[in-house]
Amino acid sequence: MKSSASWPVRVLKGFAMFWWDFLVGDTPELFVAALFIVGVVAIVSVSAHENAASVVVLPVLVIAALGLSVLRGVRASKRG
Amino acid sequence: MLGVTGSSGVFVLVAAVFLASAVEMVEALTIVVAVGYTQSWRSALEGVGAALVALGVLVAAIGPALDSFPITTLRLIVGGVLLVFGLQWLRKALLRSGGLKAKHDEDAIYEKTVNELKNDPDGQTRDRVAFVMAFKGVFLEGMEVVIIVITLGASAHRLGDAALAALAALVIVAIVGVIVARQLSKVPENALKMTVGILLVSYGTFFTGEGLKIRWPGGDTSLLLLVALYAVVAWVAHVLLRAAVNPETASAQ
Repeated sequence: MKSSASWPVRVLKGFAMFWWDFLVGDTPELFVAALFIVGVVAIVSVSAHENAASVVVLPVLVIAALGLSVLRGVRASKRG
Repeated sequence: MLGVTGSSGVFVLVAAVFLASAVEMVEALTIVVAVGYTQSWRSALEGVGAALVALGVLVAAIGPALDSFPITTLRLIVGGVLLVFGLQWLRKALLRSGGLKAKHDEDAIYEKTVNELKNDPDGQTRDRVAFVMAFKGVFLEGMEVVIIVITLGASAHRLGDAALAALAALVIVAIVGVIVARQLSKVPENALKMTVGILLVSYGTFFTGEGLKIRWPGGDTSLLLLVALYAVVAWVAHVLLRAAVNPETASAQ
């Protein structure tokens, strides 16, 4: 079926859809986790100037995000 | 710090771009080979050419614009994007290696593409469909390569090195593609995906930290430590997943 929208609208829509699929897709928890990580580390590093703590907190939060997302994937696959 | 200058940083950058490009290009090549073998090599190659030109225009338009962006802001955005993208790859590879998700099957993609093309009886329509399928396959997979090349390259002030790594992957995958043709399913894609995921998450962590004014101990060398840390985490997660999903197989290994 041919879309009735003009081509700039179609291009913009396609562009937005590409980024949505690219960043959110079927793992919205990872997108939210990345925003959360940036927020927490910004507080620790930029506001509190705790460099050593930031160096530890950042990878730990990344690993936690991966673990939670994999667990979500495991649960989803068990539900079928 | 103006850019990734240490040899360890450049090595991780080149490896990440090369492997990510190779994985995406194998996917694109599968579609092109399916279109070429079953429909028309001419239409398939025209589609590939048009997609490469479109991608080249995108790189030429976006690449220089990023150079004028404040480096701290750029690294924060790029770091965030790479974190999300890398974690997606790593999660997918872990679930596949644990048998919880179907492995990316190039044979299945090949068959699917062939079946879609079979339904077009008219020669002219068939050529157009072949062109569009080859174009879409190369353009969409290529877009991911372009994003990785531009974000990593611009943030590290190593756009040339990143572009060369992607070009090397393109040439090697094309040569291998010509030699093995329809045997692309033999490429260990999940292992590659796991490696790329680890590298992208490492770079994502590094750049997010730099964007948030973290001073990494040892500078660029900390990238290698991040790669090692995430590799260990991925290995442990892989072992735990296999043990949870299939205890007998896991204990036999």
